[in-house]
Order: sequence, then C-alpha cells, then structure tokens
Amino acid sequence: MTIEKVSKAFGGIHAVEECSFDVPPGLITGLIGPNGAGKTTVFNMITGFLRADGGSIRYKGEELLGLAPHQVEARGVVRTFQHLRLWGKMTVLENVLLGCRTPLGENVLTLFLRPGRVRAEETAARERAMEVLRFFALAGRAHELAEDLAYPEQKLLSMARIFATDAEILLLDEPTSGLDTDSLQKIVPMVRRLVEHGKTVLLIEHNMELISQLSDEVVFLHQGRVMARGRAEQITRDPALTEIYFGA
Amino acid sequence: MAAYVAHYLVMVGIYTILAVSLNLLVGYAGIFSLAHAAIYGIGAYASALVALKLGLGFWGGLVVAAVAGACAAALVGIPSLRVAGDYYIVASFGLQVVILTVFMNWTDLTNGHAGLVGIPRPRVFGLVIDNPFKYVVLSLALAALTYAVCRRLTGSAFGRTLRAVREDEIAAQATGKNVVLVKIVITTISSALGALGGSLYAHYITYINPSSFTLDESIFIASLVILGGTERLAGPVVGAFILLAVPEALKFLAIPDTVAAPTRQILYGSLLILFMFVRPEGILGRARVKSA
Repeated sequence: MTIEKVSKAFGGIHAVEECSFDVPPGLITGLIGPNGAGKTTVFNMITGFLRADGGSIRYKGEELLGLAPHQVEARGVVRTFQHLRLWGKMTVLENVLLGCRTPLGENVLTLFLRPGRVRAEETAARERAMEVLRFFALAGRAHELAEDLAYPEQKLLSMARIFATDAEILLLDEPTSGLDTDSLQKIVPMVRRLVEHGKTVLLIEHNMELISQLSDEVVFLHQGRVMARGRAEQITRDPALTEIYFGA
Repeated sequence: MAAYVAHYLVMVGIYTILAVSLNLLVGYAGIFSLAHAAIYGIGAYASALVALKLGLGFWGGLVVAAVAGACAAALVGIPSLRVAGDYYIVASFGLQVVILTVFMNWTDLTNGHAGLVGIPRPRVFGLVIDNPFKYVVLSLALAALTYAVCRRLTGSAFGRTLRAVREDEIAAQATGKNVVLVKIVITTISSALGALGGSLYAHYITYINPSSFTLDESIFIASLVILGGTERLAGPVVGAFILLAVPEALKFLAIPDTVAAPTRQILYGSLLILFMFVRPEGILGRARVKSA
C-alpha cells in the first residue's frame, strides 16, 4: 500500500500534511509520533472514515481514497479501533462471525431462495470463526457476551474480528494500550503471528520498547508530516526524534 | 361471545403483523419509526382501491399493498437513512403526517373523511371469508407467515448484521457491512410486511377511513413492541395479545355508564405505566436476542 501526499485539515488546523510512506507487504510497520501527530487521522483516511483533502492511497493498483469504509474492507484493508468498538451485547462467536464472509446469508433474496446454500455457508462461516477463535485462544469463551470478557481478551477479540475478514492489510490502533505486563505477553506474540500468517500490519503504538520489538519499519509522524522513516532501532535511538516524542 | 373472541383474535393477528414488522426496525435494527400507522394505512387503501376500482382480488391486493408500503418507506428511507443518527424518527413523523393528509384530502381517490365503503371480503380457494370465524384462520395464518419471514431474517447472517448495525454502525462499516443499504433494505421489508396488516384490516372491516391510521395508532403499535419486549421476536406477539385484551377486559368492570369511557381510558393508561415500572425491558425482554 502506498500513501502519497495525503493531507487533511480541520478548519485552519492541518492534522495531516502531504504525508507519504509505503506499507511493505508481509511486514509490521509502526506508525509513531507524539499526541496530535495525525496517526489516527491517517488511519481514518486509509479506511474511508475521513475524506482526505488531497493525495492518494493506492493498494494493488486501486485508489482507496474516496471509497466508503465497507468498500475499503472489500479491497482487503481493515482496522481495529483504539476504543475497540466490539459488539458488547453479542457473543464472542458472533463478533467473529460478523467478520467472516457470508454474502448469501446477508442477501435477503438468497436467504429465501437458496436456503440450502445459505445453511452451508453459515456452517462454513461458523467453522472458520471457531478456527479464528482457537488461533486467538478465545474458543472457550465463544458463547459468552463480548462485554463480559476481560480487557486483554477484548483486545484479542478486536484483532480476531478483523483477522476473520481475510483482509491482507490489518491496521491496529494501539493494540497494547491499557494492558499490564502479563497481558502484553499474550498480545505481542499474537501481532507477530498475524504476519507469519501472511498479513501485513500497520500499527499505531505509543510504547517505544514495544515498537522496537514488534516493528520491522517505523514511520515517525510529527504535526501531520512524516519526520523520519526507517528501521525501528534507528528511529527510536535518534535523539532528535526522541526529544520530539518525549518533549525532553 | 364466540364471535366476540373470534373478532379479538382477528385483531390480534392484524396487530401481530404490524408489531412484528415494526420490531424488525425498532428491536433489531435500532431504527425508530413513527410512520407504521401510515404504512398500515397505505396497505389498507392500496388494497381497497385496487379491489374497488380495478376489481382485483384479495391476493392481488395483498401484493399491491406490500409494494406500495415498501415504495413509500424506500422513498423516505433512501435520503434519511444515509445520514447517521436519529433523522429517521423525524422523517418517519413527516411521512406519517403527509400520508394522513393525503388520505383526508385527496377526496377523488380516498373519499376523504368519509372513507371507502364496500370493500369486498376475501375469497380463498373459492370460499368467501365472510365472518370472523373464517377470518381468524386467515388473519392468524398471515400473522404466522409474517412471523416466519421475520424469524428467517433475524436468525440469519442478515439478522446478525442488523444487530451489529444497531449496536455500533462504525464497527459494522469497518468489517465490511454496507450499513446504509442494510438500513434501507430492512425499512423496506418492515413496511412491506406492515402494509399486509392494512390489507387484511380493510378486507375484514370492509370500510376504512383516515381515523384508523393516525399518529396515535403509530404510537399504539410501538407500545405493543415495547411492552412485549423488543429483544425477542415473540415479544410483540405477546404485546398484541395483552394490549388488545386489556381494554376488552375493562369493559366487564361495573362502572356507571356516564363515566365508563374515561374511567376505562384512565385504567388502561395506568396499567401501561405500571407494566413499564414492573418490566421496563418488556414482558419478554432482557433475554438475549438469538445467540450464536
């Protein structure tokens, strides 16, 4: 995926200004920067939740800017949210099923005209969803409400939901925020395993140590602009960037 | 007495159709509509008019009613459901007002306040359904069919998507759901089914006028859904049985004739308030929507 000269202003404030970087396939790219750097705005523009003022975001030769969120997902780019946005009143299994492809069951015509095919599709989707839940060590909680899960499990579920979509590029918005050290031990290897399963990850993260552990490449944003790009250790050891990041 | 019970059951069937179809919107998709009486009226007038002016039979009238109800809902839903938030409440209120005004003032077509008389009784397999006993079967059969359609919808991947949209539209969009399309589709289906209730009513009473399709009626249908419990498909059915039975039961109270009508109204209203205090989630509420 190539992001090229993407800009977004809110009134007179330039949240993102001519931001350009690549998300190389099969790697984890970390998007870092101090608060207000424009990281979530970039996520919102990639996934169609915000309309960019200019620039281009291309994936597999197609322009993503201007597409609605569901169209972006259909092209293989999905995201999690910082505040998770799980369907709390639905079961863990249902949360993952909603990520699985069930075009026949979601079409009201085929629902009534092709009941056999719809049943077969639903059975396959449930098997797939359970497989995903096993991958994320959540199979035992499949029939519980999502809101009843502990916070680290909810984080895993938010990743499981997008993993089930079969999208190739996963955008993770602060996957480890609010977690204690023990919980981090569960989440961090899981992010790595996503890449081992053929996914490309772009993640926003505030924990510099984790960024160094996880990311193959890092993009440093400041005041909506890309300040630096490179290997994680190279970026995190740069004193000028550290000063901007920590304000010290 | 038997005819009285049969009449009650016919009306339960009609209101079950109205309430179950409205529950698709309110309970499953989280879209509140104030226009279900207008949709009910569109079904009744469409079916009555094609019977009276074109000589179309009951079954043809049912189809016309469903199409007319669906078209009216789509007309309002397509622009208003594109915007997130509660705009549809206002838009549906507007639809209710416009449709009622049309019923009252397009006299060449609807005969205004005087309404349409002489709507033919249904004929099913050559048998004229000309009394409440026969109509009970037809009414409950159509109610059961509506219930079955709603059950199929809500128990499917489509139903799962509806609940996801109700809980969090943004999350639904992020996982690839076309939220606007889903909302327009369910509004159209809900209205098509609701209009069937209107058709059934018109051919049962054989006379319709605008007073049956006012905003009060929309609120009454919403009450059936809320009192029964929005989170269960059977909730509105229970709501229809109870809310139609209560005023009938109150008729058996020994109240002086001079104050009977207002006293019954006060008792009826008080009972509704009491129900909501005792079971704010509805009679069948709280239990979860069909889980995976």
